[in-house]
Amino acid sequence: MSSEPVVQARGLVKRYGTRTAVDGLDLEVAAGAVTAVLGPNGAGKTTTIETFEGYRRPDDGRVRVLGLDPVRDAAALRPRIGVMLQSGGVYSGARADEMLRHMAKLHAHPLDVDALIERLGLGSCGRTAYRRLSGGQQQRLALAMAVVGRPELVFLDEPTAGLDPQARRSTWDLLRELRTDGVSVVLTTHFMDEAEQLADDVAVIDAGRVIAQGSPEQLCRGGAENTLRFTGRPGLEIASLLKALPGGSEAAELATGTYRITGRIDPELLATVTSWCAQHGVMPEGIAVERHTLEDVFLELTGKELRA
Amino acid sequence: MSAGTYTPRPGAAPLSRMIAAQAALETRMLLRNGEQLLLTVVIPTLLLVLFSAVDIVGTGSGEPVDFLTPGILALAVMSTAFTGQAIATGFERRYGVLKRLGASPLPRWALMAAKTLAVLVTEVLQVVLLTVIAFALGWSPEGGPLAVLLLLVLGTVAFSGLGLLMAGTLKAEATLAAANLVFLLLLVGGGVVVPLDRFPDAAQSVLGLLPISALSEGLRDVLQHGATMPWGSLGILTVWAVLGLGAAARFFRWE
Repeated sequence: MSSEPVVQARGLVKRYGTRTAVDGLDLEVAAGAVTAVLGPNGAGKTTTIETFEGYRRPDDGRVRVLGLDPVRDAAALRPRIGVMLQSGGVYSGARADEMLRHMAKLHAHPLDVDALIERLGLGSCGRTAYRRLSGGQQQRLALAMAVVGRPELVFLDEPTAGLDPQARRSTWDLLRELRTDGVSVVLTTHFMDEAEQLADDVAVIDAGRVIAQGSPEQLCRGGAENTLRFTGRPGLEIASLLKALPGGSEAAELATGTYRITGRIDPELLATVTSWCAQHGVMPEGIAVERHTLEDVFLELTGKELRA
Repeated sequence: MSAGTYTPRPGAAPLSRMIAAQAALETRMLLRNGEQLLLTVVIPTLLLVLFSAVDIVGTGSGEPVDFLTPGILALAVMSTAFTGQAIATGFERRYGVLKRLGASPLPRWALMAAKTLAVLVTEVLQVVLLTVIAFALGWSPEGGPLAVLLLLVLGTVAFSGLGLLMAGTLKAEATLAAANLVFLLLLVGGGVVVPLDRFPDAAQSVLGLLPISALSEGLRDVLQHGATMPWGSLGILTVWAVLGLGAAARFFRWE
């Protein structure tokens, strides 16, 4: 694999009439990784990914995908990428296996279609026409169509929207296998857990810009602080506890006998808290460390809930 | 699937294989669709059989089947190249099929070539079926096959352009309604089963300029009256073909 980024966008702008969907977006996508483009509905995720796919001509800025201009070099780029649209893309009267076999025929070295059908559990679709398949089956077919041509890079627009938990995990497994085999994956999602579980790199998008990018761990560490909770005797001396804790920590009694410490929660701090409790004859119960999630980070960065 | 299954090995299939596969799929979709078959097979067949048996519309002197068969062949071309193609393509656009194929290795012109092939294959099946039925009803055609072929091809191009123009600019539901309405109006007013001379003179001169009239009257000139080359009809069809395809190429939206 080359170490060149598979996608490079600089100052990407896309307007629809007077509305600016993407507003000076900068993004680099590493080869051989799973990259999640995360943001609320209307943040510009789909417009961004569709610009990478060559569907939208940027109003400003520069986009390169596998080193090519997605609009000008479309003919050279298309065989090398796999695309999963947010919905549709299949003849309403076509059967799942028929459509997948057709997509395979458009490529020089496609995957084994029967094995792919089995892998994604599409065998149960049988002779049913696409329009009568369940939403989950339609999603899995669209995913299969994106990978059947053995692309270097796949773009997936909300690949697990509408899937049940089991099908979601199965999709995640497939995406991990793609990464293992050297396929670069770019997906959009508004599921935090999807980005956390799956992505090597997360680009948080809001109002048409990337407002933060990094691994889930980096983003969580850089964002909100973590929390330690425990319960004990009511009316503990908070001031004394604070003195024992490292600078920058905060402590409070939330409800009677319920305590919260916020700050950098590490093993030393936990030991400090328990030994302080021991000195004061307190039995701390229900000790819980809450790691902050991408959800909290997102809320902090944008002031918005992700799932509106 | 084992490790290495998905190792990238991208590449487009040879163009000829892509077009053949796409044309085969398009043809299957067309022949599988019940409403399409009603339009392309059942209605032309019924009209041919019914009006040959009972001369309700007054087809003039001679055998009704000799008057009707050229008109029904024109109707068959219109039903597939215009009505059927407009409705199918309109819904493909609506459901993102055209969009998704646009990201595949298949170039857009190749998709259009495949659609045209699918239309031609369907028309061959229609013509075979309808001529067999016409012969069974006592049809005795005149004229040469070259002029007939030229008329059918030009008619196909003209109706395809108009059908794609409709499919690529209107909403799918509007296309569905409009394509069926146009089909019905042209069936009545286009010299298909009702002779054009049944209409008032003023109406006749306008109706005669319609692509369906040019096709049905041109086919009738050759097959019923033994004309060698119906230049007037060919000219009208050429104008419609240029206008229709030109407008479709200019205004067609893929999404």
